[in-house]
Amino acid sequence: MVNFPAGELSPQEQLALARRQFFTSSASGLGLLALSWLLKQDGLLAEEAPSTLAPSGPKDQTGRSASPMAPRPPHFAPKAKACIFFLPEGAPSHLDLFDPKPKLNALHGQKLPESMTANVRFAFIQKETAVLLGSNRKFRPYGECGMELSDFLPHLGTCADDICLIRSMHTDAFNHHPAQLLLMTGVPRFGRPSLGAWLTYGLGSESENLPGYVVLTAGRGGSGGVSNWTSGFLPSSYQGVLFRDRGDPVLNLASPPGVTPALQGRTLQAISQLNRQHLAAVPDPEIASRIASYELAFRMQAAAPELVDLSQETQATLDMYGCDRPEPTDVGGRGSGPNVFKQFARNCLLARRLVERGVRFVTLVHASWDHHSNLDEELGYCARMADQPLAALIKDLKQRGLLDSTLLVFAGEFGRTPLGENRKGRENETRLGRDHHPFAFSVWLAGGGFRGGLVYGKTDDIGWSVVENPVHIHDLHATILHQFGFDHRRLAVKYKGLNVRLTDQGGRVVHDLIT
Amino acid sequence: MLDRRPWRWASWPGWLAGSLLVAAGLCQADEPPAAPAKVDFTTQIQPLLRKHCYACHGPEQQEGGLRLDVKERALQGGDRGAAIVPHKSAESWLIRAVTGQDEALGRMPPDGKAPLTPEEIDILRAWVDQGAPWSATEATAASAPRHWSLVPPADPPLPAVRHRVWLQQPVDAFILARQEAEGVRPSPPASRDKLIRRLFLDLIGLPPTPQEVRSYLDDAHPDATERLVDRLLASPHFGERWGRWWLDLARYADSDGYEKDRPRPFAFHYRDWVIAALNADMPYDQFTVEQLAGDLVPEADIGARVAVGLHRNTLHNTEGGIDPEEDRVKKTVDRTNTLGTIWLGLTVGCAQCHSHKYDPLSQREYYRLYAFFNDLDEQDLEIPTPEEAAALAQARQEHAEKRQELRAALEAYIRDEMPAALAGWEASLAGLDASALAQRKIPPDIVAILARPPQTRTAAEQDQLSRYYRRIDPKAARLEKAVRDHEAKAPQLPPHAKAQSVVATARPRVTRIHQRGDFLSPGDEVSPGTPEVLPPLVARGERPDRLDLARWLMDPAHPLTARVAVNRLWYQLLGRGIVPTLDDFGKQGDPPSHPELLDWLARELVRRGWSQKAILRMLVTSATYQQASTPRQDLIQRDPENVLFARYPRRRVEAEIVRDLALACAGLLTDRIGGPSVRPPQPAEYASITYANSARWEESRGADRYRRGLYTFFQRTSPYPMLMTFDAPDSTECTVRRQTSNTPLQALTLLNDVVFFEAAQALGRRIVAEVPAEQDPAQSVKLRTEHAFWICLARPPTAAELDTVARLHADSRTWAASAPEQAQQLVGPQPPSSDRLEELAAWVSVARALLNLDEFLTRE
Repeated sequence: MVNFPAGELSPQEQLALARRQFFTSSASGLGLLALSWLLKQDGLLAEEAPSTLAPSGPKDQTGRSASPMAPRPPHFAPKAKACIFFLPEGAPSHLDLFDPKPKLNALHGQKLPESMTANVRFAFIQKETAVLLGSNRKFRPYGECGMELSDFLPHLGTCADDICLIRSMHTDAFNHHPAQLLLMTGVPRFGRPSLGAWLTYGLGSESENLPGYVVLTAGRGGSGGVSNWTSGFLPSSYQGVLFRDRGDPVLNLASPPGVTPALQGRTLQAISQLNRQHLAAVPDPEIASRIASYELAFRMQAAAPELVDLSQETQATLDMYGCDRPEPTDVGGRGSGPNVFKQFARNCLLARRLVERGVRFVTLVHASWDHHSNLDEELGYCARMADQPLAALIKDLKQRGLLDSTLLVFAGEFGRTPLGENRKGRENETRLGRDHHPFAFSVWLAGGGFRGGLVYGKTDDIGWSVVENPVHIHDLHATILHQFGFDHRRLAVKYKGLNVRLTDQGGRVVHDLIT
Repeated sequence: MLDRRPWRWASWPGWLAGSLLVAAGLCQADEPPAAPAKVDFTTQIQPLLRKHCYACHGPEQQEGGLRLDVKERALQGGDRGAAIVPHKSAESWLIRAVTGQDEALGRMPPDGKAPLTPEEIDILRAWVDQGAPWSATEATAASAPRHWSLVPPADPPLPAVRHRVWLQQPVDAFILARQEAEGVRPSPPASRDKLIRRLFLDLIGLPPTPQEVRSYLDDAHPDATERLVDRLLASPHFGERWGRWWLDLARYADSDGYEKDRPRPFAFHYRDWVIAALNADMPYDQFTVEQLAGDLVPEADIGARVAVGLHRNTLHNTEGGIDPEEDRVKKTVDRTNTLGTIWLGLTVGCAQCHSHKYDPLSQREYYRLYAFFNDLDEQDLEIPTPEEAAALAQARQEHAEKRQELRAALEAYIRDEMPAALAGWEASLAGLDASALAQRKIPPDIVAILARPPQTRTAAEQDQLSRYYRRIDPKAARLEKAVRDHEAKAPQLPPHAKAQSVVATARPRVTRIHQRGDFLSPGDEVSPGTPEVLPPLVARGERPDRLDLARWLMDPAHPLTARVAVNRLWYQLLGRGIVPTLDDFGKQGDPPSHPELLDWLARELVRRGWSQKAILRMLVTSATYQQASTPRQDLIQRDPENVLFARYPRRRVEAEIVRDLALACAGLLTDRIGGPSVRPPQPAEYASITYANSARWEESRGADRYRRGLYTFFQRTSPYPMLMTFDAPDSTECTVRRQTSNTPLQALTLLNDVVFFEAAQALGRRIVAEVPAEQDPAQSVKLRTEHAFWICLARPPTAAELDTVARLHADSRTWAASAPEQAQQLVGPQPPSSDRLEELAAWVSVARALLNLDEFLTRE
């Protein structure tokens, strides 16, 4: 029973009191089931608690017992435990960031032989008049490994020895959304679970108070929307939960107007009691599940605001990420918006805080890197936005001893053409850009057992085709699953008569990439 | 050859090398002569095929759609065509493959497996050239028993049962017979209060009012339940409830999907057609024909042409740079797969890329189905109401008159007043030299004319000058702009007066097999047609069309259509299909738990003239349906999946109904049927995640704020969060079953979402308003709690529940007294009536608790 009036306590104290009493009361009688669920979350009970009420236990759609987010072991000992996946939506230019091509610069302005473009589809380029576009970027080697990166990425350069750069990526889709779906879900269509959904499905989550799969967006949001963090046909518990950048981080996290923490706690207590009274008469494990989900919701109400409260971070940390850095005035374009720089920096820091709190998968989204024109200025904006915070994230994870077990991925949906774009109606454009290019692009990873300082694969002299060690998106997926302890051929769910896997369209583990 | 894998191209600058390699691959090796000796299949060929081929082309796997262990399938061949052409080894893929003659295919067996020896190849070639004789003992696919679902349903007799008194409907006999055989007893009947709530939730998706519950409980007539069922089936809300399930299948949404995700402001006409058709109990055959081919039905009314808008519910990609043909192909594939799922109950989509591995559907047959949908074009219909049509005609008339008026004013000005203005302008330029005139941006030819006195100019020059001046004369420009602006505002029908529809293409498109599912790799041409394992299609004309296809489906002899349909109805009421895999009646699907029941129901649907309401009425009045839902200790061990249907399955209601229940109990629900989709409140930042602001969410006002969940505008890339939290499908593809998750986000939604909070406030007010306070406060709490339970749960509270609510009420009152400002916020803007603030706040608090109960969200 909560002691009233509650007015003498601060909201935090009221909440703590309500929580304590809430949980104390749930330890009696019919609350046992819910409590055992909680204890299991805490690792205090190794096995599923015996219960006369629900011998079969709650089941999810795929027939597995236990709470959907209960941690469970993969197929073999994993290297990585958490993943932070940055999706620069729109597809960054590999030629201006990661893959230097002096020959392309030398051939600037020349046409390609027809034999090379005859069978190629472009989104906007008109083949007849298209010419090669050299890069204005200066590349230089970084780190002991000597990885060459563009002058747009000075901060990431200082992390070169921790970065595993793949210059030989290729994909099958050349429009944004299908290609994003391929990157995030393994097929260029709707309906399949995303990588984060597969991992939270396979591993559960280490977090008791937060969702296992969290999405943070900066700027205007991306073109793919929720389909890029969908759970597909898996239960919705495995869908990425979009944390908002303003106000409460989770939808409906705040209690309604007037509802103080004490009243909220008291109401939840009554809900729990009534549900337990009903459970006594109707021993359906779904009721026990609902009781447990209300308890987690209540914990989230307390944990999520703490998560986004950056006042606990040192100024040095905030500065390292650039949380307070000024927004640029000299560059802009389709990736820009009010406070995007600060927001992205903050999202990177939040990603670390989420991982520290046991969250399994964090997707960072920023759009758009779709630089059909005005490449230098607009890519300059996007790269500068991402460079410092991502480098800070690598360093921060490393100094906290989390980089080994945390995988950071930077992957767009495809690359961009060595040809300059000459879209119909814009033939006289002077500030050129590049068109969609699925045949070759670059992706990098850090931590999670990927080889730091490795530059893997090669493209031809103009960055058009992969000529050495091709890595398909499917291969990337297989390798990432491997680092999380999964045989990608065995992480499968039966759906519509098929054994569906993230990699059922293909894929092999690229052992060269990993330690 | 188009190969988009990049590394096939050689590196710069020697990229020509790649094509040389391809050319080299085309050179064929000399073929040795065939071995002349007579080859025996059983001793020579079969062991050879088993050794080299069956692993990938046998009973387990059929790579490339090819199966070599069964004569019929071997001769039929795979995706590339005939593997074995008797007497023609050079034309047989089998021979080309084992000899490595085809560059694209490579040598078989692949990947480092030992190739056939020259001797083996000779034997194989000789066998083919001798006509590929098969052993007489080799089983052919035709002689194997057909898969159960491909055999037309029989008319099974009702099984005999011992406990006859339990039976209420014929279906019960099938259920009870199996239970008796397995030694399981049915559950007792549900209590009447549970039954009425169950019937309301299942049939109309709304809660019964306390009055409806009481009058049903007081109705002692034996047919009370049947009359209740008839009332619910006749309710206009029936079509909303059952229509929403159909909309899941139809992947209905209010926007395009993909990057642009443009709104579809008039998509709702299809949704309304579904609701109306179900309310009218349109026979399922007509319901099917109109949706698949309404445009082709002779003398089709407008309804049928809206119904065929089913095909417009596909995603639609308007992203810049998209290949429109690729998008059209994707939609056509989706239409084909949707047909497979809804009507055939087969996962035909697998055959898009390769012949079906498990079911007798070849890739060729898939594209023959595809060809039906390849012959349609999208078209929007104008469907104004008579009033809208009249208003448009009137507006057009007025618009034309106004245009005439504006033009007349312009012409009058030019004729009567402009000459003077021109003269004045010329005068103002007097004395300026040519360079000064040029500085005023006057073109050189005009400057030249101006340089001469008016009387020396030709008529043509004067005319040119006057035409030039007309452009810069402020008044003429103004009048001209008025005409243009007016013309741009041509009257149009309101956006909702259109409907999405399709028409047959003027000339049929050529359909080719997409090799490996890639539309850029066209294979053989195919014509529209249905799979061979199913009954033959009878076409009206030379080339079968969608109407023939639809009528073929509804032939009572079709083995799948009726079974698939009744199985879905059964699933929706009983929580588990007789065939649990609702969308897979093929070999990979689960077999029926009660095959005779499925057949009996399928035949009954046809006997009842395809009336879905007749089937539903029978099912909900069955003893099977009316069992209690309470989990039973014996069944948890014995039958955890409820295969024996020995109890009613207790399930949370669907997303839309969660909303409907809260609004209905609160007394807020607007019960208007149909109309444009609405936008109830959602978090402001939520819609901003879509691209280009395509999903601007302007909250609906007034009554539209409180519409049923199925009317919520469904924006595919940022769907209404509450619906998604409660497992509504994302409407990107045909969905036969929804997930039922149970997550903390659901808890947060029901506790804190503005819609549910408003509902709690309104319910709190309702409780206080409808039950007057008593002298004895404890008695007041008791009576009000009872009323609240009747509203929300259709039953009175237990003593323990009364006590729990009373304590929450008391604590909330204490809280409200100590925190009056918050209490004021809690009860909301509506001023409390005569009741004190604390009392109202306490009931809002109780209302919140009740709207969050597991039982509240659950069909029991």
